[in-house]
Amino acid sequence: MEQISIDIENVTVAYHGKVALHSASLQLKAGTICGLVGMNGAGKSTLFKAVMGFVKPASGRVLINGLPIRQVQKQNLVAYVPQSEEVDWNFPVSVHDVVMMGRYGYMNLLRIPRSPDKRAVRDSLERVEMWQMHDRQIGELSGGQKKRTFFARALAQQSTVLLLDEPFAGVDIKTEKMMINLLMELRQAGYTVLISTHDLASVTTFCDQVVLINRTILAYGKTSEVFTEENLSRTFGGSVGDFGFAKSRSTQRSQEEQEWT
Amino acid sequence: MDLIQWFAAPLQHEFMVKAILVSALVGLVCSALSCYMTLKGWALMGDAVSHAVLPGVVIAYVLNIPFAIGAFVFGVGSVIAIGFIKSKTRVKEDTVIGLVFTGFFALGIVLISKITSTVDLSHILFGNVLGISDSDIIQTIVISVITLVTLAILRKDLVLFCFDSTHAQSIGINIVFLYYVLLSLLSLTAVAGLQTVGIILVVAMLVTPGATAYLLSDRFDHMVLIAMASGVFSSVMGTYISYHIDGSTGGCIVVLQTLLFVVAMIFAPKHGLLVRAKNS
Repeated sequence: MEQISIDIENVTVAYHGKVALHSASLQLKAGTICGLVGMNGAGKSTLFKAVMGFVKPASGRVLINGLPIRQVQKQNLVAYVPQSEEVDWNFPVSVHDVVMMGRYGYMNLLRIPRSPDKRAVRDSLERVEMWQMHDRQIGELSGGQKKRTFFARALAQQSTVLLLDEPFAGVDIKTEKMMINLLMELRQAGYTVLISTHDLASVTTFCDQVVLINRTILAYGKTSEVFTEENLSRTFGGSVGDFGFAKSRSTQRSQEEQEWT
Repeated sequence: MDLIQWFAAPLQHEFMVKAILVSALVGLVCSALSCYMTLKGWALMGDAVSHAVLPGVVIAYVLNIPFAIGAFVFGVGSVIAIGFIKSKTRVKEDTVIGLVFTGFFALGIVLISKITSTVDLSHILFGNVLGISDSDIIQTIVISVITLVTLAILRKDLVLFCFDSTHAQSIGINIVFLYYVLLSLLSLTAVAGLQTVGIILVVAMLVTPGATAYLLSDRFDHMVLIAMASGVFSSVMGTYISYHIDGSTGGCIVVLQTLLFVVAMIFAPKHGLLVRAKNS
């Protein structure tokens, strides 16, 4: 029996009377990577916030592994990586400090790390190839390194449900490839990943499922079935051509490199 | 002048010994909290709350209960009022903060002028650490212990709250609780700071040491230690200097703190103006 990992039922979210997300329903099985695709302002971040319980839906409910979100959070079952433009990069914390914050849910009130916490932090930083930078203040990192640090924090949480909001925005190709590879490893281990991205072509390379969203869920299901030009043009209001449907950034880059050598 | 004499002579007076010890303690507590204020971006909030506690202090004086209780009620009350007005009207937040704290402050001044003598008014506005009473000392110690113990226990959660409240929320930490903890500590330390520098300058105690330390360190724990050192140093030295020049104690303390900030701003090894100029 395949377990339903993320269960969103009929969720409507409104800000100050304005509907941002209308009647969204979605069921994700454990062990899948699901791409969340839509324009800016289509309600992707709102959907994440509704799943995390940061906004109270006007109607509907969200369950993760069959549990309401408060219990899910207390049991460290979900890790959420929001878009990072609101981070204060001058804050006096190191890379190591940030990733350790992913372990607070496992610690007592004083948040004193024990050996499993230290191991998880080191492990996560090594997986994103950031361990040698663990002592850096976060403002000293490049864009890709910053993203990898916050991704490592999500790994350190060891939660089997991962919510990633635009993790590839502003990162280098190497980082994007590394993160995609890690996501595929996590899928093997039975993790469930919901990821929003602008990089349409890369979606077909690693997402099993796709959700197309424009203020409501237009379509969702297997990538091969849902990711049609017709559906995409509904999602983007008929301007798919502008979104580089043809090639992913990474394949484009490697072709360019070949041409130069 | 003989340096030993300069330090030793004032200590022959009991009031000076008390003043120096209380100043040091207040400097320590306010500096610890100032790190959170500067990192959370709560300088304006600190200014607002420290002024808004005034009517609470006066009412507490009349009812003969500890100042801290009145300050707590009005400090937290002012922030609730700010939040209420902001959410119910179209007026912008900084305007709301400005009008609420001056309104509370003005109410406090009216209450003082009707209820107590002008001497008390100047003590509350400008501080009176040289004439501090034993009951005020006890109150300052109680506030200090509560604040330092709370900060010690909740340090990691409060740092996370200042740095990334979204993540705090996502791992099930109650950020509304942390918000009110920080706010309560702000109201309490405003009362402690009021003893030494007076209500008008309290905000300097709650901002400047943190800002100085922020320029000197990239680690939170170092930042707290540096802030505390600079806060205690300027409080103690300011009290000494005010004795020798027979000037305002609160004024001397805050001027010293500001000078330390200027020195850090110019000479800080990594974030100072000199290094930045050299690197650019």
